Amino acid sequence: MDHNIIRREVTDWLEQNWSAELSLIEWRNRLVDGGWAAPNWPVENFGRGFSVDETQVVSDVFRNKGVVFASQGGPRRLAAETILIHGNDEQKQRYLRQTLTGENAWCQLFSEPGSGSDLAGSSTKAEKRDGRWIINGQKVWTTSAHHADFGILLARSDWDLPKHQGLSYFLINMRQPGVEVRPLRQMNGHASFNEVFMTDAEVSFDDLLDGEGNGWAVAASTLSFERRGFAQARQTSGVSVERVGRVYDEYEAELAIDNEPYTWYPQRQGRVDLVLDRAKQTGAIASASTRQEIAKLLSMKRASELAAEQAEATRRAGTNEVIPAGSIGKLAASVIARQAAHVHTLISGSEAMLSGEHSAENGMIAETLISVPAISIAGGTDEIQRNIIAERVLGMPKEQRSDTGPFRDIKRNIDS
Amino acid sequence: MQKEFTSDQHQFRESLTRFMQAKSTPDDVREQMTTEQGYDTKVWQQLCSELGVAGIHIPEQYGGFGFGHIELGIVMEEMGKNLFCGPYLSTSVMSASALIHCASEDAKEALLPDIAMGQSIVTLVMDNLDAPERVGSKIQENSNLITGTANIVVDAAAADSMLVVATSSSGLGLFLVKANDSNVVVTSRESLDPTRKLCEVTFSNASAQKVGDVDLGTLQRVWRDCSVALAHEMIGGAQYLLSSTIEYTKLRVQFGRPIGSFQALKHRCADLLMEVEFARASTYHAARLLDATTTIDGVAETEVYAPHMAKALAADTYSNVARAAVQLRGGIGFTWEDDTHLWFKRAKSSEVFLGTPERHREWMMQLMEGETS
Ligand SMILES: Cc1cc2nc3c(=O)[nH]c(=O)nc-3n(C[C@H](O)[C@H](O)[C@H](O)COP(=O)(O)OP(=O)(O)OC[C@H]3O[C@@H](n4cnc5c(N)ncnc54)[C@H](O)[C@@H]3O)c2cc1C
Repeated sequence: MDHNIIRREVTDWLEQNWSAELSLIEWRNRLVDGGWAAPNWPVENFGRGFSVDETQVVSDVFRNKGVVFASQGGPRRLAAETILIHGNDEQKQRYLRQTLTGENAWCQLFSEPGSGSDLAGSSTKAEKRDGRWIINGQKVWTTSAHHADFGILLARSDWDLPKHQGLSYFLINMRQPGVEVRPLRQMNGHASFNEVFMTDAEVSFDDLLDGEGNGWAVAASTLSFERRGFAQARQTSGVSVERVGRVYDEYEAELAIDNEPYTWYPQRQGRVDLVLDRAKQTGAIASASTRQEIAKLLSMKRASELAAEQAEATRRAGTNEVIPAGSIGKLAASVIARQAAHVHTLISGSEAMLSGEHSAENGMIAETLISVPAISIAGGTDEIQRNIIAERVLGMPKEQRSDTGPFRDIKRNIDS
Repeated sequence: MQKEFTSDQHQFRESLTRFMQAKSTPDDVREQMTTEQGYDTKVWQQLCSELGVAGIHIPEQYGGFGFGHIELGIVMEEMGKNLFCGPYLSTSVMSASALIHCASEDAKEALLPDIAMGQSIVTLVMDNLDAPERVGSKIQENSNLITGTANIVVDAAAADSMLVVATSSSGLGLFLVKANDSNVVVTSRESLDPTRKLCEVTFSNASAQKVGDVDLGTLQRVWRDCSVALAHEMIGGAQYLLSSTIEYTKLRVQFGRPIGSFQALKHRCADLLMEVEFARASTYHAARLLDATTTIDGVAETEVYAPHMAKALAADTYSNVARAAVQLRGGIGFTWEDDTHLWFKRAKSSEVFLGTPERHREWMMQLMEGETS
């Protein structure tokens, strides 16, 4: 569609509907009803079937006018995108609107003490009993579980089938007696992830996503959305407009909770944005070897953006080429973050021994140095991304498997 | 020059290993890192009295045992394996080295014996920890009064005296300042590595006693001694971390097999072993050369760049091993509860202490250029 037409239409709509005096939920419900909350979603599910470019036009208008966006944070987005593809109509009606309005917060209940890289090795039990699913087991590293209303849950519904076939995917209510969330502290001092214990937790039959035994295929979709998210920066809402009014207050309050687990995420990406300024301030930019390292870093960063743009263009052109963007983008984010930590170390020199608010950039450099190790683990490790690239993108021969046959006979960690 | 450790040296190492395993467990380290002083005085005194480590390399005429950098290195390496919390680096390594290279005979006789006994905690105050040629611009001496600030000083909160490198009218000098002088303000700083306590120290006309002259040459010697000692500590930590990581990969099962059976991890560990072995050999070699040039007068110095090579290799190796140690543990490795981050932070902090690997390689090049010209 012509971008000018879109721009006019959304501007007119905002004239009629946007008011900073609405409550956040009222406003976002209007957005959903108007079809502007997620214009890239299908017409039958609150969207307009817009392309990436068309959606961008809408976002730009919103941003210029300082309009509050639909909710789009981390696991909530993963849940919504997964439900959009794998959910039935009734599930879409039940959950999607509230993910857009922000009334529901989500978490991703995939990793377990015994299965991380090997997610399909999940040993959380899902059994049908008394007309519902009963869940028993433990999840771990669950980001935001302490704020979540619902979780996307991978669990084993059949122990006699080969491991990928015995899994099912559920939408679980986190606010029930059978679910206990305990925070876990990280090496950077934050506690954004948790252990989640499920003891006879209940899930209604209606909350099984895409059929019993299809859990692995559904989880694979979620993971590919997640990988793609790693290379992207988090979207921020309107700037440069005076932000007074109820909707802004409620939005700030929402962000304070939603973003609490993620305050260190920019640091785990390496804070490439700080490199040049700090190199100039400290005089480190005069060193020939440091200059080389900075240039390498900035080249990698820029090249990865260019490659992602190119992949996006190829995808839109609709050719049949295999596009490795997700895994390469995730691996690139790790490589870039590591090089950034190296460069920050060079720039800081002995000052890198300090941390806390009285150290460089209010402690952000120190936090970067001890947060970067997370990016090569979270959302699938570097090693797993390389395996995916080698086997699925490059078509290299697959590793011999030692985890075939009925799941109950496969070698596992003793404590799982 | 000796290429192997003697049986006495092996025994010395073994007794240290035993001590560290008993008194510097991860639980001990975690307890000490939350305190302001950063170490247990009783354990420190026991270590000094039972194993005589504080004066191991200090000449006998000043109350020490008269051994050399090799023995000092053994102590540092074993401490590094267990992240021992104590004022060893500040007192026995940095301060003793400054006294040995820079102090007058009288000052050595007055100060070294207490250090050798572990009775006096002394820290070396330099206003720059990146490069010796930058030291002295922020701290001045005038008529035996010291003024200025050093923003990173190891163990200053625990020290009873400080050896301050300051600029005076006659160039750089080494000055003794009592830590309890009311004109000395010691402020604890939050450190990336909580097992090594850092402070900012500000002097405002603090009374000082001159103990010796310093010039760039002697300061470089001090820097090299300390870098080699620190390299030992780093290879100790790197060896420990690599072996604990390899153990973990043998136990952890994913995809129906131990993760150590995946070639990607085997290759990474094999590469790291090579790095560790190179860093270790270079570090031992540097210690032997320091001993050869300090104990036999008049012998032409060879491979003067060796300390820089050792520090750079040890630093890179330790950081690489530490990154792998977190990575190969997956999510567990990123938690506070797991001990790996304690070593990771020590590795990061030691990497930049007394010069980044890049700087040490630059000095190495300058010295090699000099040797061939
Ligand atoms: C900050 C953070 C946030 C997270 N948030 C969430 C969340 O919200 N929800 C959730 O479900 N999970 C979350 N995770 C978990 C994350 O996805 C797992 O930690 C990760 O997939 C690795 O699993 P693991 O920790 O069990 O490590 P393991 O799988 O045990 O891996 C250990 C090591 O073995 C290697 N390895 C394993 N298999 C192979 C192989 N086939 N070939 C080569 N090497 C291999 C790994 O690469 C790694 O180096 C989070 C993790 C972090 C660090």
